[in-house]
Amino acid sequence: MFELFHLYQDQDFVFWAFAAGTVVAIVSAIVGYFAVLRSQTFAAHALSHIGFAGSTGAALFGISSFAGMFLFTILAALGMGALGNRLRGRDIEIGMFLSFVLGLGVLFLNLYTQQATSTVNLLFGSLWTVRAADVRVMLLCGLGVLVILACIFRPLLFASIDPQVARVRGVPVRLLSLLFMVLLAITIAEAVQVIGVLLSFALLVVPAASAEHLVHRPLAAIGLAILLGLGFTWGGILLALVGHWPVSFYICALATGAFFLTYYLQTRRIPRRYKPLPHPSCECYDPAESQV
Amino acid sequence: MFDIFAYSFIRNAFIAGTCVAIVAAVVGYFLIVRGLTFAGHSLAHIGFAGAAGAVFLGIHPVIGLLIFTIGSGVGIGFLARTLRERDIAIGVVTTFTLALGFLFLSLYRGYAEKAYSILFGTIVGISSLDSTVTLIFSILALAVLCFLFRPLLFSSVDPEVAQARGMPVRLLSVLFLVIVAITISISVQIVGVLLIFTLLVGPAATAIRIARTPLGAIALSIVLGIIYIWVGIYLAAITPLNFYPLNTVSLPISFCVATISFGVYLPVRLLSPLWLNRRRRELTAQPQPLAMQPEQAKMEPEVLRSSR
Repeated sequence: MFELFHLYQDQDFVFWAFAAGTVVAIVSAIVGYFAVLRSQTFAAHALSHIGFAGSTGAALFGISSFAGMFLFTILAALGMGALGNRLRGRDIEIGMFLSFVLGLGVLFLNLYTQQATSTVNLLFGSLWTVRAADVRVMLLCGLGVLVILACIFRPLLFASIDPQVARVRGVPVRLLSLLFMVLLAITIAEAVQVIGVLLSFALLVVPAASAEHLVHRPLAAIGLAILLGLGFTWGGILLALVGHWPVSFYICALATGAFFLTYYLQTRRIPRRYKPLPHPSCECYDPAESQV
Repeated sequence: MFDIFAYSFIRNAFIAGTCVAIVAAVVGYFLIVRGLTFAGHSLAHIGFAGAAGAVFLGIHPVIGLLIFTIGSGVGIGFLARTLRERDIAIGVVTTFTLALGFLFLSLYRGYAEKAYSILFGTIVGISSLDSTVTLIFSILALAVLCFLFRPLLFSSVDPEVAQARGMPVRLLSVLFLVIVAITISISVQIVGVLLIFTLLVGPAATAIRIARTPLGAIALSIVLGIIYIWVGIYLAAITPLNFYPLNTVSLPISFCVATISFGVYLPVRLLSPLWLNRRRRELTAQPQPLAMQPEQAKMEPEVLRSSR
């Protein structure tokens, strides 16, 4: 295991890959927890598709592709936040729009370069090409996201779990939801650099969803999600260094394995954890009834 | 204008594209009525792994596509009731299959071009063998659909009543997903995995808002589908030859189809409340007939007969 580090210790790209992977894993695990809690996983999927068009379009106009992706995902996030609940249950409309945007991305890319390799890199991620400057931008954005999230942590959690009660209590639910969509957009723009447009689900949603299978308290779930996200990313990079298959594949394989393993553990655990106590005022307690 | 037909691959693309457009339009109608549009989307993503695996093993991609999509189609058909509301599980499986496809392709030399053509489709590589295979599978799918038409429509519109009438609703839904799988497998070579939604759902979603009857909607969506794919192939074929600023690139076919499909759908979607509301008002304004109308009375036994 350790000779691996000696083998690669002079290689810059491995260090930057680890750095980028770590930043993205932590930020997307935390933001992903809220996305799962608010059942906005599909919004995450949609934002990454839109980011693809933004990134390729920016490259066409000579702007940095990271900036283009930021611009497009944040605009789309504001739009989605403004439409809010009216988007629910509109599969066909959303699907048509996303397909159009994805097609637009392909067109931009085709006009900009004839190389299919760059498309594939953007779609499936290319961790080995991350440079120091990219990591610096990622670190800054990631820190920004985390600071804002820490400031709005409690109201956001309240508004995510029970929006109606939160609104009655005077929490600005609408504003929080817009703000969260913007944070989600920034996180996705970052995650795409590491794992690609099509696979961003694996770092954003899977750690939080797997953690939710095992623990239920918010802080514990977020902590576990971070650990899982780091495990997937570091494990993926290490396996890729040993096995020479693509990093994204290893990360997705680890994530899928963890998701279904935790799901299995959850189905095994529920009867023990949720055995309700007999009601003190009820003499005729029936244990069969509590096994729901 | 017609000089592009001198190339045999363009002729093949037109034959295959027409077959695909017809089958996809009919299947898309049922997908919308059954509320399964995203199953179509996921099946295509899962098919990517199959196509990539076939490329890696050196067999025809359609074989890999058929194996993967039919397998998962049968799986979705049997699990449909438990799978609904499980966005995350479906998302995880789709992500994993995409990653698997990426792995297969990266093991294959010249993977980027191949991945690109499976993801976004191509009109260049379509041989006469491909177009023959497409023709055979589309005739097969259409024949099965014609045979199942009435029971399938009945069980899509009102599954509970259909089940009460003794129809094999479960079996019908599995059979239908197998047809969806076949349709996706033959469409992928032209429009690609990622943009299949535009050809499968786009024409039917537009037609359903215009036409008044199921048969009218299906006919209209077939016409729209054929127009989309013909214009798409034509644009993709002539751009490298004719347009000055684009003369070094060819427009990706999937982009053309997606843009046309979206461009037709958007105005129809925005304007359709005008006539849909009027139609609804007309329907509610009519006095409900107390006794069964003669046409309806005639229809009734037919539905029963076709269900057996």
